[in-house]
Amino acid sequence: MKHTISVLLQNKPGVLSRVTGLFSGRGFNIESLSVAETLEPSISCLTLVTRGDEAIIEQITKQLHKLIDVIKVTDISDSEYVEREMVLIRVKAEAQTRAEVLRVIDIFRGKVVDVSPKSYAVEVTGSASKVQAIIDILRPIGIQEIVRTGTIAMARASKK
Amino acid sequence: MEKISGSQAIIRCLQEEGIKTIFGFPGGAVIDLFDALMDSDITNVLVRHEQGAVHAADGLARVTGEVGVALLTSGPGATNGVTAIATAYMDSIPLVILTGQVPTPLIGNDAFQEVDIVGITRPCTKHNYLVKDAKDLVATLREAFHIARTGRPGPVLVDLPKDVVAKMVDFPEKKPIRMQNYQPTYEPHPGQIEKACKNILKAKNPVLYVGGGVILSNANEELTELARKLNIPVTMTLMGLGGFPGSDPLSMGMLGMHGSYTANMAVANSDLLIAVGARFDDRVTGRLDAFAPHATIIHIDIDPTSISKNVKVDIPIVADCKHALTAMNNWFNTSSDFNRDKVAASHEPWLATIGEWTKKHPMCYLDEGDIIKPQFVIEKLDELTHGDAIITTEVGQNQMWAAQFYKFNKPRQWATSGGLGTMGYGLPAAIGAKMAFPEKTVIDVAGDGSIQMNIQELATAKQYKCPVKVAILNNNYLGMVRQWQELFYNKRYAGTVMEVTPDFVMLAQAYGAVGLRATKKSEVEAVIKEALATDNTVIMDFVIAREECVFPMVPAGKATTEMLLV
Repeated sequence: MKHTISVLLQNKPGVLSRVTGLFSGRGFNIESLSVAETLEPSISCLTLVTRGDEAIIEQITKQLHKLIDVIKVTDISDSEYVEREMVLIRVKAEAQTRAEVLRVIDIFRGKVVDVSPKSYAVEVTGSASKVQAIIDILRPIGIQEIVRTGTIAMARASKK
Repeated sequence: MEKISGSQAIIRCLQEEGIKTIFGFPGGAVIDLFDALMDSDITNVLVRHEQGAVHAADGLARVTGEVGVALLTSGPGATNGVTAIATAYMDSIPLVILTGQVPTPLIGNDAFQEVDIVGITRPCTKHNYLVKDAKDLVATLREAFHIARTGRPGPVLVDLPKDVVAKMVDFPEKKPIRMQNYQPTYEPHPGQIEKACKNILKAKNPVLYVGGGVILSNANEELTELARKLNIPVTMTLMGLGGFPGSDPLSMGMLGMHGSYTANMAVANSDLLIAVGARFDDRVTGRLDAFAPHATIIHIDIDPTSISKNVKVDIPIVADCKHALTAMNNWFNTSSDFNRDKVAASHEPWLATIGEWTKKHPMCYLDEGDIIKPQFVIEKLDELTHGDAIITTEVGQNQMWAAQFYKFNKPRQWATSGGLGTMGYGLPAAIGAKMAFPEKTVIDVAGDGSIQMNIQELATAKQYKCPVKVAILNNNYLGMVRQWQELFYNKRYAGTVMEVTPDFVMLAQAYGAVGLRATKKSEVEAVIKEALATDNTVIMDFVIAREECVFPMVPAGKATTEMLLV
């Protein structure tokens, strides 16, 4: 099962390696990881996507919480949440495919952020599956380069 | 506010924590600290290898319950300490390790004796720090001690660049430490306690499975009260020995790979297992699906990650063992459901079954005339020290025989590397223990292989007038691995034959210590008596039955009921 875990941690040198070291040392896997500072500059928010059965996810959250520099661990996928990922794709765009590429980008509500005579660089945001979908569509046309941010996520606010 | 040097501030932090003895080895990066130490009332024990420094601090911590401190220099000094730091981490021993570091402007430049020790020890410390700003020095040291001794204890390393330590700093008054992100749970959830107690009342075949957490939280009295109140048999892990009196009729001794037949059978047949400060290590459980298959499992541990890590637990209690056991005792004392005599009587059939197992396969060994059996040596040590010595061990057969045949009746008289299994632990740990309790007899039970891993510490023992006794069970083999080769590798003794072993009697003399040897069973008692009567460091070289094996033994990956017996 895929889980998206949000971790608040002290924004100090070496803290990220405590988290990644924990995963490699205990044989947990990381599918994606994204980290940046929060409103409070001394605290960072790290979002990671991992896979495992219930027992493994329980160990992952407990082990993360055990790290002294970790303030809070939330398995966001326990409840309703929104997730987003951004991808930058440089796709081949020559005379016969330029129009087709633009149509695809439009369907995915992407933006062209860089243009050259033979390629477009495209920005698309969405869930991990949407990002994967546009990659799959553009692949036959010719993807030259791709950079993904990894997923970030936020629990939905209570509706009450 | 009066300013003092960083190194003076560090020494003052140690004094503030009540530290009397530290173990260290100097080097360029820590000269300032050693210099400041000279003006203090703290004894620095100059070891002969940094691994010895950290093991000695660890030995002191285990027998006193205080935080042990080691001071090492940068680079190789720090890396030499890593094995001993990992040893303490695996056994949850509170240590503060101070390492020197190159000056901050040189960090990252591959400077002389520079190593990223914070990076290296990240996975084997509870926490670690690199102090880059002298302003943070005092607060960091205080936090390090706080983290080392609270919650599930462990080693904390503080890396100290030379220029930071040389700066002048304030020394503010100590205030209670409160960390937003680190608040161990000491008090058990009352609902879980009640649930656990009600399950205990329902059980017909309960077993208390006791680990090192009981020692660490000083919960032996509460545990003993619970066991006796309810008439529940007790088994201990290697780390838990002494948590319950080994000569109490309710004690079944150690469980697991080299545990007693009784303890392993009792766990396998129990309907309720009460794990207290234990972590279901593979050496305890054997094949997991066959471990306590019929039991409801209650697990008390201060570390939530220990719970349901290896074995699914039915009633988890996250708490300090002492607090949880106190709460359970109180529950029984005040519950109208609890009738002490009735419960005690209801466990009699179970205790009778357990007695049958002990009668069938007691802890034993075969006597072979005048050949020295290692188990006999341990029995004699127990007898002649009235079970009252502090015993440290190396790792391997010597360690298992000591665990099996010395009757530990009190906590903190036993220091052994359980989790990591570090050869070379015993001698420096014995020195640490003896520095803490000079009036007590301290014996390192060793093998001829493992004693050589840190034998240089004999010089430390001599220099600090620290008359520890070393009992070498000498079989000219790396005996435990040889045992596995005998049993599972067609007696192919690859890399386990010690063709050259020093003459330990002469070696002792070379260090100014006393060397004694026994080659016959009839000589053992006289050698031990002489060693105990000698006010000097003594090596006792017992030439033992060469191919003696440790039994019972649960082969790796087998169920704990599939024991090889004597």
